[in-house]
Amino acid sequence: MNWLTNFIRPKIRSMVAGQKEVPDNLWQKCPSCDGMLFHRELKENSNVCYHCGHHLKIYVTERLDILFDDGYDLLKSPAVKQDPLKFKDRKRYADRLKEAKAKTEREDAIVLAQGTIGGFPVIVAAFDFEFMGGSMGAAVGEGILRAAEVAVEEQAALIVVPASGGARMQEGAISLMQMPRTVIARQLMKEARLPYFVLLTDPTTGGVSASFAMLGDVHIAEPGAMIGFAGKRVIEETIRQQLPDGFQTAEYLVEHGMVDMVVARKDQRATFAKLLGFLMPQSAALSVQHGGKSKRVKTGASGKALESAHKASGNIARYVADIPADLTAANSDKKQKRAKR
Amino acid sequence: MSALEFEKPVLELESKLTELMKMPATDDMDIHKEITRIQQKIQRLLHEAYSKLTPAQKVQVARHAERPRFHEYIAGTFTDFTPLAGDRLYAEDKALVGGLAKLDGRPVVVMGQEKGWDTDSRIKHNFGMARPEGYRKAQRLMEMANQFQLPVISLVDTSGAYPGVDAEERGQSEAIAKSIESCLDLSVPMISVIIGEGGSGGAIAIATANRILMLEHAIYSVISPEGCASILWRSATHAQEAAAALKLTAQDLYELGLIDEIISEPIGGAHRHKEEMIEQVKLSLIRNLSSLTPWNTETIRLDRRKKFIQMGRLAA
Repeated sequence: MNWLTNFIRPKIRSMVAGQKEVPDNLWQKCPSCDGMLFHRELKENSNVCYHCGHHLKIYVTERLDILFDDGYDLLKSPAVKQDPLKFKDRKRYADRLKEAKAKTEREDAIVLAQGTIGGFPVIVAAFDFEFMGGSMGAAVGEGILRAAEVAVEEQAALIVVPASGGARMQEGAISLMQMPRTVIARQLMKEARLPYFVLLTDPTTGGVSASFAMLGDVHIAEPGAMIGFAGKRVIEETIRQQLPDGFQTAEYLVEHGMVDMVVARKDQRATFAKLLGFLMPQSAALSVQHGGKSKRVKTGASGKALESAHKASGNIARYVADIPADLTAANSDKKQKRAKR
Repeated sequence: MSALEFEKPVLELESKLTELMKMPATDDMDIHKEITRIQQKIQRLLHEAYSKLTPAQKVQVARHAERPRFHEYIAGTFTDFTPLAGDRLYAEDKALVGGLAKLDGRPVVVMGQEKGWDTDSRIKHNFGMARPEGYRKAQRLMEMANQFQLPVISLVDTSGAYPGVDAEERGQSEAIAKSIESCLDLSVPMISVIIGEGGSGGAIAIATANRILMLEHAIYSVISPEGCASILWRSATHAQEAAAALKLTAQDLYELGLIDEIISEPIGGAHRHKEEMIEQVKLSLIRNLSSLTPWNTETIRLDRRKKFIQMGRLAA
């Protein structure tokens, strides 16, 4: 009951804390070479160890910053039925969902974004590994389908970036059905003769790897990423042997003919730009005109912060939730413009 | 017959009945009455047990060692089965069998997993767990179906695709993904029947069909109850709870709108009256195929696509 410690000191502390934002952990150890990494330098290096080049996990919004030329618009993914099985293990799935939503400020494990890469229009559907391990349930499947639909409407390329342990068990057979559903997304791109790329990141396994992720026109993988169908433990239990070194890594998949190339994070945008130059219709390159749009998430800024700021202000105009009618109109305008050129 | 725990009272009665039947022929009315009485009791007990099987019990029935297998359906449902071998790329996978056959006199492509029926055949067919070669053979057969406009029938019975180093090396993921795509590319009707276990990706690879039928006590799941329990409960001993939570029974899947039809099993399960079961499957296949015939090559493909796009989607 000390007036000095209970009132004055907390107040001073909060004033001080408000001024300097010091993260809890300034340093972390590289999981590969054990080298110490300073948070700011690590962030500047796109979460790649500056001692050994090991690619650490990167938050999905930072990944979008790296991929797009300059900022992107977020697209809204259609709503799906929540907890369709009323699933409960030691914990209710409904509660797990609630926690994941609170933690990530996201509706589910997929983020849809629209922007340009090398001046070409691109839709990116990126998994948020922080949301229940990036597991694929109805919401993720719906998101990937939506991404393909928008890409076709906009005559854009589609890049899907899995970071996922596989299907979301808590949605039972419904999660299994996302395998054919996401393959349909791939087919929509094929029929529209638009490029569909997969950027395989750590990890890409199970039902995710055995559906849309292995059907890209081009497969690019991040160095060291774990990619495979069955988990290591399951395989070890089946064959009762130790697994070879480097098994199921990105490099191993290139060696076995399943991936085209391993590309470091810093070179990914340039690589995609080059590929788009080969595969996109030549008229599709947009002059980068909308860099100054107010509603865009700007590269360099913390995407997540901006995103929630928009959420808080109730600004959902940039979400392409109710596009069909609008978009078709906008699209035909664009096409006309292109035709005039 | 290998015993399932909940069938034990029935099996005791059945062995008693067998003993009574072995007795020398007699006019003793008491023995005749006793036989009739036991037979009725068996029927009643079976009916009771099988009308309220728990999900975990259904898992046992679906995996029953004597449940009719792919080869038995082939023999009883189709005529002139002509197996075709190999994926033309690497090997012949005996876990996934397929070829040409006639259903009610009409040529079709048929394929499915064969689990085997004794130790030798189980090893030969790798317990119905296909490697990439199996799924690439399926793709090849589906291409043939497209070319010659033959309907495709698949009979699904697998605990899952084979999880091994060799399978990973040769691209198990890619093989399954492409197989799903081949199903979606079919310009002919495709009907799948889950006859036993529908194990995750290894099942959906050949079950992305226009009509999905399931036997009454078959199961279809994204992961085995044991696998699910060891991940979510951190112990495989919770498999029974996982079986219930996963909603993997035919009744659950029908309720969720993921399958089109449940084919009733004889009282006491498919393994007790194989011929009757196989006949039921045959009738159902013929009926479903004729409802899809004749077909328009484009419509049949787009209908399948639409079916999967709509699956589990919120009503607009």
